[in-house]
Amino acid sequence: MSTANKTFIHKHAGHCESGVMSTMLTHHGLSLSEPMAFGLSSALNFAYLPFVKLAGMPLIAYRSIPKAIIKGLQKNIGVKMKIETFSNQQKGQERLDVLLEEGKIVGAQTSVFWLPYLPEEMRFHFNGHNLLVYGKEETSYKISDPVFEHVVEASEQEFLKARFAKGVMAPKGAIYYPTYVPTTIDYENVVPKAVKTVAKRMLNTPVPIAGLKGMHYLAKAIRKLESKDRRYARLFLGHIVRMQEEIGTGGAGFRYIYASFLQESGHILNNEVLLESAEMMTAVGDSWRELALMIAKSIRSKKSESVDFEALAQKLESIADEEAVVYKKLLTAF
Amino acid sequence: MNEQEVPQDENSIYRGQKRAVYATGQDGEYGVVASSGWDVEEEATQQAVAELERLADEAYEACVSGQASPLEFHMYDNRLDILSLSQATGLFQWRIKRHFRPEVFAKLSEKMLERYSDVMGISNDVLKTVPKRES
Repeated sequence: MSTANKTFIHKHAGHCESGVMSTMLTHHGLSLSEPMAFGLSSALNFAYLPFVKLAGMPLIAYRSIPKAIIKGLQKNIGVKMKIETFSNQQKGQERLDVLLEEGKIVGAQTSVFWLPYLPEEMRFHFNGHNLLVYGKEETSYKISDPVFEHVVEASEQEFLKARFAKGVMAPKGAIYYPTYVPTTIDYENVVPKAVKTVAKRMLNTPVPIAGLKGMHYLAKAIRKLESKDRRYARLFLGHIVRMQEEIGTGGAGFRYIYASFLQESGHILNNEVLLESAEMMTAVGDSWRELALMIAKSIRSKKSESVDFEALAQKLESIADEEAVVYKKLLTAF
Repeated sequence: MNEQEVPQDENSIYRGQKRAVYATGQDGEYGVVASSGWDVEEEATQQAVAELERLADEAYEACVSGQASPLEFHMYDNRLDILSLSQATGLFQWRIKRHFRPEVFAKLSEKMLERYSDVMGISNDVLKTVPKRES
């Protein structure tokens, strides 16, 4: 069997889910940049969940939960998606092959650990990685992984493992494709709605684990590291950096991608406040990078030197304050 | 971050690949810039990898000296810990911990071993022993 969608164009993206949706919808005639896919689905967030452990570390997230972009775009711009999951692996593979033979490009949820083209150091057990399959040649799938510069491949065997990995957020072979794609987007209405959702969420989330309160909560946790085991303390700090940069966020924990969305929206709507907010959000991203740099220095420091947890906590708190100003400004944009 | 500030630190983990990051050009407009990596990120990744290697080494020594079964070594060697191994296999954590005991592990059925080897992507034969290392 040999299928490959002839018209498919791979695009390098900052993040997997927004990259998949941008490429997929653009392929179906609705030109949508990755920042637009991210922004219009209100995916920006912050969460610190000390009771949810990932490889022994608490969950720290700079965006909303997995699938939030797919769902958010359905809700906000009227795309309709079909998501199929399977209890039987064989059926899951056959169904994917049928869709590919029909000439479809298909999104898939996979585990990072089983993707053969990923460098070994980056393979960890995370089941929420999204990619596009655009063809199959013999027993090898042609894959457009948005966070890779060029297209890649995986064998039937490897891809099946990745689609049916077990554990938290098990993908259950999930594949998805659009059943309806609108030809235009009503930016005048959708942008204000999507922006306000994010601004209100970040400013007002009542629980202390999410939004700006989540950042303050994390700052407290950093202060408490003073009394913890020094190896754990350094791993904890390194974990913050990994969640901010390593997992594919477009840089500085999605803040730059969101700034890009604000800028693009500002141009489309001719909205000065959005354009100014975009610049402020860029500055926020720069601050997050400064924090990452401070953390790297403290991880690097010699065993005899103590880490200045107070300085790190204060930096994080200042970033939360900096973000607050942007969200308050965004609420006045419309 | 503007284009010039995008780090190009040749992250060895990327193996020559590049990552897309968002940065502003000279005109202030955003675009994607391919980055070869940032030292800060690479250090954080290496730190996490080193920690897993440390745990795997400890488990290896424990196995060689007869204090632990090979299961604990293979768990860390395959980027798992007790929590994620429990979630992937559907086995309770206390059961897995019990299987860390050599005498209990030795009596496990092939079927039980398969529950472990399957989520690790290794064979039962590999799971039953630790690879030889030069001392």
